[in-house]
Amino acid sequence: MVAHAIFFYIFSIIAVISAIMVTVSKNTVHSVFFLILDFISISCLFIMIGAEFLGMIMLIVYVGAVAVLFLFVVMMLNVAQQKNQWFNSEATSSSHIPVGLIISTIIFFELIIVVGGWKYKPELSNPNTTKISNEISNTHSLGQVLYTDYIHIFQISGMILLIAMIGAIVLTFRRREGVKTQSYLKQISRERSEGIEVLEVQSNKGVKIDD
Amino acid sequence: MTEIGLGHYLTLGAVIFSIGVIGIFLNRKNIIVILMSIELILLAVNINLVSFSIYLGDLTGQVFTLFILTVAAAEAAIGLAIIVVYYRNAGTIRVEEIDKLKG
Repeated sequence: MVAHAIFFYIFSIIAVISAIMVTVSKNTVHSVFFLILDFISISCLFIMIGAEFLGMIMLIVYVGAVAVLFLFVVMMLNVAQQKNQWFNSEATSSSHIPVGLIISTIIFFELIIVVGGWKYKPELSNPNTTKISNEISNTHSLGQVLYTDYIHIFQISGMILLIAMIGAIVLTFRRREGVKTQSYLKQISRERSEGIEVLEVQSNKGVKIDD
Repeated sequence: MTEIGLGHYLTLGAVIFSIGVIGIFLNRKNIIVILMSIELILLAVNINLVSFSIYLGDLTGQVFTLFILTVAAAEAAIGLAIIVVYYRNAGTIRVEEIDKLKG
């Protein structure tokens, strides 16, 4: 249990510090790196607590996809050029900060009160819930419920991902002017009469071809 | 102190959630950092769901965490696409200058 406590404190302290650094960091690229560190430490916590599959999925989805997406967008938007400009006008916009701090502190203490006063009543729990079994692995048991009991929600989440992909493509797509592209309709509907022309070539005159 | 229970994990979730809310209010320069704060908030929710799932011995919390992960990925993709389009049109992503809706 001592090892569990030590690892919990190490990973949670790293997670909290990197979460703070995400919000206060001046450089957006550093914020993305601290976000990656945060995700990695939380996924270590998940693996330690016994949810191995979710820990690995967190690594793949968040660190491998979402954080890299953030990095790409930061790179495309040329954030570094605007950085100096942001520093100058920071003092003018500090009126929101006390309100935000007060609201966040209130939220934090409300959550702490809930955690402190929470008691688990076994008779209130639903007996039909899926119990975690010790015989099969975490991934196995998740797969057993995910594709049977939750199959509709699973497919709906797939639809959400599809819609998100189409939405992102439609939002960022733009038709450029002056790019030579194939027109399939034009190619297919071409006929012999408009393609070639038979000319009578006169001697010593030649043929004038206009194109 | 050495016995790590459900309360420790819930406290960690509460701390990260509050840091995410602070990040939304505190950040007045860059809208990408606001999106990252939203990711932090979703991460805190995931911590709560997984720790409840483990300590109550119920697998449903982990299934829901999987779906929250899906929605978070979709939200990040759409949000970043909107930011890219806005930057292309307005030339800035400073939070103060995004006032076209006059809200």
